[in-house]
Amino acid sequence: MTQPLAECVGVSRRFGHFVAVDGVDLRLGRGEVVGLLGANGAGKTTLIRMLLGLLATSAGQVLLFGEPPSRRTRQRLGYVPQTLGLYDDLTPAENLAFSEAAFGAHPGRGGGRVTASALPESLRPFSRTVVGSLPLGVQRSAAFAQALAHQPDLLILDEPTSGVDPLARARLWETVAVAAAAGTGVLVTTHYMDEAQECDRLMVMADGRVVAEGTAGQIVGDARVTVVETVEAASWAPAFAALEAAGMPAALVGRTLRVPGAEPAEVRRALGPIEASVTGAPATLEERFFELTLTSSRTRAPA
Amino acid sequence: MTALSPGPGQAGPAAPEWWGTDEASVRYGDRLALDHVTFRAVPGRVSAVVGGDGAGRTTLLRCLAGALAASSGQVRLPVPLRIGYLSAGSGTYPDLSVTENLAFRASAYRLPPAIASERSRELLDRTGLAGARDRLAGQLSGGMRQKLGVIASMLHRPDLLVLDEPTTGVDPVSRADLWWLIARAAADGAAVVLATSYLDEAERAADVLALDAGRVLASGTPHEIVAAMPGTLRVSDARPDGEARRRAWRRGGRWRVWDPAPGDGAGGPAGGPAGPAGTAGAALVPDLQDAVTVAILARELSGARAGNGRPGGGDPR
Repeated sequence: MTQPLAECVGVSRRFGHFVAVDGVDLRLGRGEVVGLLGANGAGKTTLIRMLLGLLATSAGQVLLFGEPPSRRTRQRLGYVPQTLGLYDDLTPAENLAFSEAAFGAHPGRGGGRVTASALPESLRPFSRTVVGSLPLGVQRSAAFAQALAHQPDLLILDEPTSGVDPLARARLWETVAVAAAAGTGVLVTTHYMDEAQECDRLMVMADGRVVAEGTAGQIVGDARVTVVETVEAASWAPAFAALEAAGMPAALVGRTLRVPGAEPAEVRRALGPIEASVTGAPATLEERFFELTLTSSRTRAPA
Repeated sequence: MTALSPGPGQAGPAAPEWWGTDEASVRYGDRLALDHVTFRAVPGRVSAVVGGDGAGRTTLLRCLAGALAASSGQVRLPVPLRIGYLSAGSGTYPDLSVTENLAFRASAYRLPPAIASERSRELLDRTGLAGARDRLAGQLSGGMRQKLGVIASMLHRPDLLVLDEPTTGVDPVSRADLWWLIARAAADGAAVVLATSYLDEAERAADVLALDAGRVLASGTPHEIVAAMPGTLRVSDARPDGEARRRAWRRGGRWRVWDPAPGDGAGGPAGGPAGPAGTAGAALVPDLQDAVTVAILARELSGARAGNGRPGGGDPR
């Protein structure tokens, strides 16, 4: 691999006695889309803040474009925070102009004033409306346009599509795919497993460490759950209660129950007289994620 | 789309087979936020109301909570004390502790203190909040606060539990706890209604209502909605060119291409996409997310929906 856009080598960050990020290695290359998954407190935001250069490492090394994060590297980076980072009382074009002025012009792009014509086609109808009055999907498109306006080499997205309908979400991901195809590396955090499948590669963090890495398929591997389908559809409720009592918490999906971390035979026994089909099934990414997170918290001594 | 065969007026008020709306509309000034929506929530079942920003989810849920009157149509609800409601983004008092929040809500629902504290203890223990009992709600993480909000709204074992985006912005671990609470409320006999913008989450519900710009896009079980999807879907590695380009969207790193009317020749060019890049991909068995995306796309292509929405959001007129 040529020089990565972003590289973390053994990066840790402590806050007092609390280890927020613990020995993380990461390499992100040109055109790669990497998803960062983790529960709250897993260390994703701390890791991103170190990459952005907003937070120093306690140990290890962060390199952006081969050098430590600085104002210079910041110019080659686009960032869409969860809160979008737009001014509600400016139009999308004014937001764009302001951010360009604040950033300085990107090398090779000229320093001309940004006008509505710099906005992507989909945002033109909204060029005269202040951001605060726009639908959320349009606001998100405006934030993407702003983060991409200076043609960054690295794009960092924090929960980028929360709250929009699936078509609007698909279109935001088209924007990401276009940037990636042009060579931009993308690091994205999400709590949304369907969105995670848009990434080339995933990293799962728990308790500050990377506990799994690879494609969604590689991370799920051969993990399985037990599926309970009661003969009487309405009997899911007593089955739910019976499994809970047996210490096998079940997840309700439609009117079937999915039980992670338990073999069909144990589940069958716990159901007692309740008539049901009990079978094994491949785990979903979310179920596997959940298992990885729980395993990590059990095996790790309290910090 | 699939309807749950509404029969207005056929069931008496003494037979709570469902709670919900018949052809309910809500008008804010000259904006129709909800346009003839029929929705039924059935005791012991979880229903999901899905849609993006401006779809009308919150308006419908406020009607179901009894917090908003419909401008026209029927709304059938239990008495207010038998409804539980978590509004979007709040539902807890930030300057009360977890225990105080629950005690306050329990007294508002006239629940005897002994029963309230027993149920609170059980639900807090089960969802990892036991250690946070004395913390102010305003100091909890987003996921913990949402769990507290759901517990507070179900403590009195309501007949109808209405939850507006309980899981938005919540990490998967807290989401699992929230879904345990939701299932628990349904197991206790409540008709549970939750709003979400996540289709994979909606797929976990027994019934789904998809809204767009105040109108019903689709309703039924996830299976019924998928079965009722018009046309066919295929998967392609590249975005098709030509006319099919507008009927394609990105999912899972590849492209979904929708053909509205295979066979009857009514819409779209026959014989696949025109462009060289649009190699005819493999046919695909759609899921709920595909079916709802197709419904939104179909409205957009028919001109009934203005792209990403227009200024002001969700205005159907």
